Amino acid sequence: MTGATLYGLCAAVLVGLGLFGLIVHPQPLRKILAFNLIGSGVFVLFGAVALRGAAAGFGGDPVPQALVITGIVVAFAATALAVALLLRLFR
Amino acid sequence: MANYATVRGFLLVLAIVLPISGALLSLVLGGRHAERVVLILMPAGLTIAVVIGAAVWSTHNALQYFVGNWAPPLGIAYRADGLSAAMMIATAVLVCGIGLFARSQFASPQEAETRSPLVFWTLLMAVWGALNAVFIGSDLFNLYVALELLTFAAVPLVSLDGRAETLEAALRYLLFALLGSILYLLGAVLLYGAYGTLDIVLLSSRIQPGPVAWAAVSLMTAGLLAKAALFPFHLWLPPAHAGAPAPASALLSGLVVKAPFFLVIRLWFDVMTRFPEPAAAQLLGGLGAAAIIFGSVLALRQVRLKLLIAYSTVAQIGYLFLMFPLAINPQTGHPWGSTAWTGGVLQAISHAFAKAAMFMAAGLIAEALGHDRIAGLAGVGRVLPITVFAFALGGLSLMGLPPSGGFVAKAMLLTAAVAGGQWWWAVVVLTGGLLAGGYVFLVLAQALADASEPLNLLSIISPGRQVVVAVLALGAVLLGFVPLRPFELLQIGHPDLAMGGLR
Repeated sequence: MTGATLYGLCAAVLVGLGLFGLIVHPQPLRKILAFNLIGSGVFVLFGAVALRGAAAGFGGDPVPQALVITGIVVAFAATALAVALLLRLFR
Repeated sequence: MANYATVRGFLLVLAIVLPISGALLSLVLGGRHAERVVLILMPAGLTIAVVIGAAVWSTHNALQYFVGNWAPPLGIAYRADGLSAAMMIATAVLVCGIGLFARSQFASPQEAETRSPLVFWTLLMAVWGALNAVFIGSDLFNLYVALELLTFAAVPLVSLDGRAETLEAALRYLLFALLGSILYLLGAVLLYGAYGTLDIVLLSSRIQPGPVAWAAVSLMTAGLLAKAALFPFHLWLPPAHAGAPAPASALLSGLVVKAPFFLVIRLWFDVMTRFPEPAAAQLLGGLGAAAIIFGSVLALRQVRLKLLIAYSTVAQIGYLFLMFPLAINPQTGHPWGSTAWTGGVLQAISHAFAKAAMFMAAGLIAEALGHDRIAGLAGVGRVLPITVFAFALGGLSLMGLPPSGGFVAKAMLLTAAVAGGQWWWAVVVLTGGLLAGGYVFLVLAQALADASEPLNLLSIISPGRQVVVAVLALGAVLLGFVPLRPFELLQIGHPDLAMGGLR
């Protein structure tokens, strides 16, 4: 089992756990955390794709790495907005 | 494909940059100038949208722009074909109408900056920029970013008045939308991992039918359905759209829910263009039919006017997804030439106009009466005649009565259903029209009835605002004068594929 496959399977487990948590838990904070878990799974999958697509001379494909950085920023902004709404709701 | 780094291609950049820089400028200049910035930008943006449409029509080809002059797969492309141009023009007209309507409700305060108008005008520009980015994006990750921008700009509009119910509705909307976008991103990762590119045009030539393509497209479609509030993901829409202030509801129902639908079209007809999946399309149509029936029946049971209109949106979104099983039929040739294609897009645009007019009319009625209970609407027809007239015109389009854009759209869907041998969709369309007639008449019967005692109005509504609403509703009716056959502008963008279709 190569490194990329292992990371890919780990990503699948994260996405599955996150989806389960998002659907099952009624509390909004748990849902936000579950969304972050799914996000982490998707980013690990990006990393696995980068590892698998490494061309000669590069350690990893640079395009997925750039996409992950943008994705992390977007997920962070999403979490910030959701937590702000949650705080406002419970005041 | 030629490299269009010319003035015409640059229009695509302007279409996104202008509204976004307007939003940033509003933040910098502060609340008192935000409204003025928007009033200057609205005609500019409308001009750009019309010029893009004219350029696409005159060259009969899609406009392209490569960012940084790097062609895909290294760079990112923006592409405006006929469908993009039509949606951009409709968006620009609607945003101008909503901006004009919202001027008195979110007027710039004289002395100190207040939060609500600043947030509204800034987010209006941000939503406009994000919508343009969705309509002309040609790279799946770029489209993810544009979708997220759209969601982040639309969610605060729901909870603009800060009440607990609207905050809860906004949080639920955000959670559904985040689930949608992360599923979309997951599908995009799978596609990149398998085919090495995220550009739509390149993907359409590289993609092969197999587990990766099916899994990726299914995940992305499921995510986009959650954002578009198709049954069974519609639970967030009624409280969110009913709780928002009237111009924001018009924007959300009219335009924001159409963007994910547009992306599903891009996925199914532009990325998976060589491998149509009729069985999956039947499933999508089935969900659309369920949305029509559920949404219309629930709308009939509503007590409040804004909730009725919001459930009506749930139903009308179902019509949009009926387009997929009707247009993807392998026997009629390429979907672009098919009647169902024009019907589906016309349904999106005419519903945008009609629903915006209805939400704004409901907002005026609520402002005048102080409540929006349907049972208490008696006598409104005498007090706000233009408003009720605009509501009725919007309802005309929803029911599918001539002359209106809704009639042409539903007639095309019916023709495509019957001629393609899929008569069950025709039954659904007719049933939906009957139910829509039911809930529209429910409201109109109350509004046109005589009041038992004279109404005491909370505020005087100026005729100018009523006229704006009526003009938008007339737009939905004027769309009914489109000829009843496939519309050529919408076909532009696939010159290599033959225009088959129903004759």
